[in-house]
Amino acid sequence: MIPERWLNLGILAALVAVPIWALVVDEPFIITLVTRAVIFALAAVGLNIALGLGGLVSLGHAVFFGIGGYAMGILAYHAQTFTPLAEWPFPIDGTKSMPVIWLVAVTTSTLAALLIGLLSLRTSGVYFIMITLAFGQMFYYFSISWAQYGGEDGLSIYVRNGFPGLNTLDPIQFFAICFALLCAVLGFNALLARSPFGLALNAARQVPHRVETMGLSPFRLKLVAFVISGAVTGLAGALFADLNRFVSPTMFSWQMSGEIIIFVILGGVARLIGPVIGAAAFVLLEHWLGGLSDYWHIYLGAILLGVVLFARGGIVGLVARAHG
Amino acid sequence: MAEAVLSAHGLCKSFGAVQATHDVSIDVRPGEIHAVIGPNGAGKSTLIAQLCGSMASDAGRVELLGRDVTHDTVRRRAQAGLARTFQISALAMEDTVLQNAMLGALGAAGRPWRFLRPALGDQDLRDRAEAALERVGLQDVRAARVAALSHGQRRQLEVALALTLSPKAFIMDEPMAGLGGEGSKLLTDLLSALRADAPILLVEHDMDAVFTLADRISVLVYGQIIETGTVDQIRRSPAVRDAYLGEGA
Amino acid sequence: MSAILIIEQILNGLQLGVMLFLMAAGLTLIFGVMGLINLAHGSLYMVGAFAAAAVAGATGSFLLAMVAAMAAAAIAGVLIEVVVIRRLYAKDHLDQVLATFALILIFSEGVRWVFGSFPLFLDIPDYLSGPVSLPGGIQYPLYRLVLIGIGMVVGLLLWLLTQQTRLGIQIRAGENDREMIAALGVNISNLYTLVFAIGAALAGLAGALVGAIQSVQVGMGEPVLILAFVVIVIGGIGSIQGAFIGALIVGLTDTLGGVFLPQLFRLFLEPAGATSTGSALASMAIYILMGAILIWRPTGLFGQRA
Repeated sequence: MIPERWLNLGILAALVAVPIWALVVDEPFIITLVTRAVIFALAAVGLNIALGLGGLVSLGHAVFFGIGGYAMGILAYHAQTFTPLAEWPFPIDGTKSMPVIWLVAVTTSTLAALLIGLLSLRTSGVYFIMITLAFGQMFYYFSISWAQYGGEDGLSIYVRNGFPGLNTLDPIQFFAICFALLCAVLGFNALLARSPFGLALNAARQVPHRVETMGLSPFRLKLVAFVISGAVTGLAGALFADLNRFVSPTMFSWQMSGEIIIFVILGGVARLIGPVIGAAAFVLLEHWLGGLSDYWHIYLGAILLGVVLFARGGIVGLVARAHG
Repeated sequence: MAEAVLSAHGLCKSFGAVQATHDVSIDVRPGEIHAVIGPNGAGKSTLIAQLCGSMASDAGRVELLGRDVTHDTVRRRAQAGLARTFQISALAMEDTVLQNAMLGALGAAGRPWRFLRPALGDQDLRDRAEAALERVGLQDVRAARVAALSHGQRRQLEVALALTLSPKAFIMDEPMAGLGGEGSKLLTDLLSALRADAPILLVEHDMDAVFTLADRISVLVYGQIIETGTVDQIRRSPAVRDAYLGEGA
Repeated sequence: MSAILIIEQILNGLQLGVMLFLMAAGLTLIFGVMGLINLAHGSLYMVGAFAAAAVAGATGSFLLAMVAAMAAAAIAGVLIEVVVIRRLYAKDHLDQVLATFALILIFSEGVRWVFGSFPLFLDIPDYLSGPVSLPGGIQYPLYRLVLIGIGMVVGLLLWLLTQQTRLGIQIRAGENDREMIAALGVNISNLYTLVFAIGAALAGLAGALVGAIQSVQVGMGEPVLILAFVVIVIGGIGSIQGAFIGALIVGLTDTLGGVFLPQLFRLFLEPAGATSTGSALASMAIYILMGAILIWRPTGLFGQRA
């Protein structure tokens, strides 16, 4: 057993070391693989804010992942076809600038999380799970029927979007952008957990009726957590679309929501680095088992069952001492 | 007669055909402990829920410091200065004693919307939390997790959490529940001192504690208050003897 | 738009509704009695459809195929109940979601491994195919009418089962007070397995019946599962009655919305825009309905008030 802080630093160090090694031995595919893991990790860190701190079992986080993806897809599509995004009330053009795309992705997923949260948080427990799942499906079918942006086929973006001062087409530079964002969000998450808000949210998860008698609103605390969570997952969605230079309705699918939850649980729920480890393990398994067998989801299912039934703390719980 | 801090007028609540409370009027005046006693099923829990706002009343009015709070939520009433303890401890078990106390301080300050600075670094909140812990005698275990506390310590922490609100009135739902002689004595002394902070509406089954502490007692039977008075008046009341002992009226 | 079209679409909506009811009834029973949220219910639907397609292919008998679908789904249900689900009753919803999600992965890949990725087809038997004439000159497929009839009959049987039989009394008692009925000598473990098997068999039957009008393929269960969740949220968890009403509401809204919303928009938009806006809105209609009902009654139409 090792202290959790060391584990956190070790994992982040490994996430940097592997792409650098891949760069040296000229294996760009491995850099892309690690970038994929980092982006999934970011999505899962987002979910962990709602799930780990707030106890909100959202089975609809693909909504925000997809909204981030489509924010990128739609803005870049209009930029590459030189068509305006909107004419009214004033002309809005598309863009190929990552920072602008991120801002739009975060804003739109924040709004979506606010709306979905306002409705879903009126309920709790199993209703909440079903409702978030249902909202995910709503966005999925909406994106399929939205013919203007490719419907079922999705949108292809020919050239990766740009970031001032960097060449985003270079895999290692794009990796660096994603990794920096992940670190920033992890830092924010760590601060959040210790902040007054984190303290109140933590209590709202455990004893909501107590929190209410202390003059605080569990509903508002959970809503804010859900919104922050959705915004982070939305940012991850924009990056994921940029990684693939492609968005499609599958980003909204219930399988995607399920996978984001798996990242969190595989790594260890409510642990800072848990989602990162889970996402990395998932990408590793996908790559390794997927190479061994066409039916690798059977093994994934078996592993997941094992974690749920026998190792509730996830991978972090197995290797690291509890914090505190 | 001093103005009541907390008062209820004609509260009613029915569940189907069962009248849990019927036309209950009760008040708590400055500096006093007003105990509510009664057999199981008399409607004590319903009355507490109606006073705190976790259950809507069918009829009647609740006033706090002369202001009508009948339609206010639990949260609003807490912000207005109504603090309660729970019969079954409602504490964040995974967190430390200090973190739990900080929660109360946070609620009292009404500012949970700070996201970046550590809660424990806020000296103002921390002083408030630690002062409350000191009042109930938990300052030495402040770093322990609630899950590791004894039952008695959890009962003390319940009271500390209410204290952090610096309330205008306390509602205490069987604070002695499950305590032995020693713990019960400790809490009795604590409550006795607390009435100087704010008056207490005390619902309690421990009759020794009630008769030691209460300035006034109301007896609730079948959802109605059959008698209110001092300890001596209650002891001598024929209606109370009748209700408890079934002596013919 | 003619009256005939409207009646046809109402019948289509009813047909979708009763099939959703078969799914939702099992889910809501399982949740009501055992407190379990079962994502793998859609897998049982798929297992039923595949079993039916395989048996129909081998024997040519549609009736045998239906029996096989229910039996296969019930057996699969009992198997996962005994091996996995049983360990989840006492766990929280998050664990239940994850474990049953894992079961979906295993079932889907397992079925793909056995049957391959290509869809199978299950033919409607001759004696049930073709249109029938309804009063008013409406031609409507006989098979779909049969589906509506089967759904209604199953609904009635379930109602009789839960309201009129000893088993039903035990089930309802199990929803309220499981310790008490265990203390009264009812074998709670067997009761749970039986309830799970009944739910599974209904899902399998629904999969097989729908499999004859759509293709039988891996992943067919989950969209239906999620619609069934919407049904339960609208109807109220644990209520068979709520599941029935909710299923009809969802079936009708989805079907009628898909047909009539684009036409409605054509009244004030140009045709292409009307079609895309209308169909986009139609795809969201049931979720908007669900949101509206939640605002009005957070525990559903027939759910117990918190």
